[in-house]
Amino acid sequence: MKKLLMASAALALTAGGAFAEDIKLGISLGFTGPLESMSPAMADGAELAMAEVTASGKFMGGASVTPVRGDSTCIDSAAASATVEKLITADGVKGIVGGMCSGETTASLQNVAMPKGMVMISPSATSPALSTLDDNGLFFRTSPSDARQSEVMTDIIMEHGINSVAVTYTNNDYGKGLADSFQAAFEAKGGTVTINTAHDDGKPDYSAEVAALASAGGDALVIAGYVDQGGSGILRGALDTGAFETFVFPDGMVGGALEENFGPEVNGSFGQMPSSEGEGKEKFLAAAEAAGFDGTGVYSAEAYDAAALIMLAMAASNSTDPNVYKEKVMDVANAPGTPILPGELGKALDLIAAGEEIDYQGATSVELIGAGESAGTFREIEVKDDKIETVRYR
Amino acid sequence: MDLLNAFIAVLNYVIVPATAYGAQLALGALGVTLIYGILRFSNFAHGDTMAFGTGLTILVTWGLQAMGISFGPLPTALLALPFGIALTALFVLGTDRVVYRYYRKVRAAPVYITMVSVGVMFVMNGLTRVLIGVDEIRFADGERFLISAREFKTITGLAEPLAIRSTQAITLVTAGLVVWALFWFLAKTRTGKSMRAYSDNEDLALLSGIDPNKVVMVTWIIAAALATIAGTLYGLDKSFKAFNYFQLLLPIFAAAIVGGLGNPLGAIAGGFVIAYSEVAVTYAWKKVAMYLVPGWEPEGLLQLLSTEYKFAVSFAILIIVLLFKPTGLFKGKSV
Repeated sequence: MKKLLMASAALALTAGGAFAEDIKLGISLGFTGPLESMSPAMADGAELAMAEVTASGKFMGGASVTPVRGDSTCIDSAAASATVEKLITADGVKGIVGGMCSGETTASLQNVAMPKGMVMISPSATSPALSTLDDNGLFFRTSPSDARQSEVMTDIIMEHGINSVAVTYTNNDYGKGLADSFQAAFEAKGGTVTINTAHDDGKPDYSAEVAALASAGGDALVIAGYVDQGGSGILRGALDTGAFETFVFPDGMVGGALEENFGPEVNGSFGQMPSSEGEGKEKFLAAAEAAGFDGTGVYSAEAYDAAALIMLAMAASNSTDPNVYKEKVMDVANAPGTPILPGELGKALDLIAAGEEIDYQGATSVELIGAGESAGTFREIEVKDDKIETVRYR
Repeated sequence: MDLLNAFIAVLNYVIVPATAYGAQLALGALGVTLIYGILRFSNFAHGDTMAFGTGLTILVTWGLQAMGISFGPLPTALLALPFGIALTALFVLGTDRVVYRYYRKVRAAPVYITMVSVGVMFVMNGLTRVLIGVDEIRFADGERFLISAREFKTITGLAEPLAIRSTQAITLVTAGLVVWALFWFLAKTRTGKSMRAYSDNEDLALLSGIDPNKVVMVTWIIAAALATIAGTLYGLDKSFKAFNYFQLLLPIFAAAIVGGLGNPLGAIAGGFVIAYSEVAVTYAWKKVAMYLVPGWEPEGLLQLLSTEYKFAVSFAILIIVLLFKPTGLFKGKSV
């Protein structure tokens, strides 16, 4: 007991003795759970931006920015809400980079962040449902909505001269959101979706699903699933029974396992994934390498941009109050103004201090549209000679 | 009317896959039913015994491949199978010695032993993952297809493809051989007869001088063999993933109960009933209907139930059977 008291007293002392001008930002990502392998690179990305701003010494009169990590678990909405609650009330963060997955993000936003008036910028929640959510202007995302991916996918399919497809999706928020918005987009352009049906991940047998898809027919099969889960089972079944010859792969299916397990059999199939290129991305990758982590990790660059946007909006409104700086997020992200790339956050702070406009481009060519989400660039891929090849960016 | 194409469509998407899947379930259900009939408890660890046995078989397969041994057009795993069975049998006998023997000695109620088997299931679950990992492993080599979809189309000139994987054929042939051997063993050999006697009436069997330890040991060895064969055939046909075997436990139990727990013939029938109902009830008949009635394009898919409900189908059948024939289709023991 005595030891415990002493320990807590010591803790309280160090906490009180920290810099007076220390601004905390929360990072709420799924450090445990199904996407635990992606989270570290994302958190590193966000912390890179914070370190850069702190090092510049130009933020809010020389304040430092400290990250506080919290585990959103990706699948457990209650745990994610508790994490965000703790970040806000116990740690006193002024803004949150997160959440990670669509369902958990919606829950923590509605249950905690909105009642408490906290800004959340998610690097990776892509469900179309988040676009129309009434969020009091507190929620933004640096990743594109799957509704946007659906439009891009529709264009790519139509350009291949295909007008009729069958769709199967993994039975969760991501799969269903993508499949439904794709069906809407595809039919709006005059295409036909012969069947739109779910498959569950981790099931022992997929012959029933493949049989239904084959009977419905179509010129191609869109698999909105995961390449290391049920998506592979469906693909295997469809290839073996000769049900389909051309496949369309959205982001969850584009991965090394696709080349490895199916390479020669899916030649001529195509797909797309959110990804960017250009000077901003290269600068981010170089900075990430210098900081000692892999910047090519999925959504790592988006996390950098999310953290940078929060801090630039704070600087632009000269306030750390979320209800004040939320108005400035769209301003700093979009034109007009001087374009800002990764590594130039110090320069951006100078410009803001001088009263000039900035247009934050960041690592992923940020352009916030609609209710505050990235327009997004997509990498169109095609399987050629057993390898996934980039056709172009769009 | 295009009967031939309609027939090929049903054959390719319903009959061939459902038959192979049914044979895999039947082998699994045979093991469950054997344990239930003779040792008198529902062995929940059976799915993970399958995973464990398959994992060992894969390790031996890799060893054989590294030594440059192959089985011609057949998968190398078939050569590794006897080793996998032997090792799994040893492991299962060890489990019986360490865990189950005590509960038999104190004559614990079957429901306690069932709960004990859940514990064993979790331990085996972990062991399998330590042994071979959680990733998906494909270990089928040799010829992949007996008839591939593209070949069939070019040879016959039909619009509908037909594919038969060699693993599907191997599954059926092996399952047939195993079932024949098991029935011969139970009906003709002295040990088999004593097992049946022990199953019918334990006390009478003991009075007539049957050694219970031998019966228990042989039962475990046969169950381990059935589990390893079923698991390896399933893994060859689809792929090996430890988690999938745990999922396989549900349809296997459904098959064993529908057929009648404790009745080997029922386990086989149950396996096919469950597999066919999963695939056929959720099949979309649109294409077949279009071949049968020319010029008619149905609006919908002519699908009785969406594929999400395929598990519900097997459990609905289970409930109906239990309501009207509580002992299952083939007169097993009532649960």
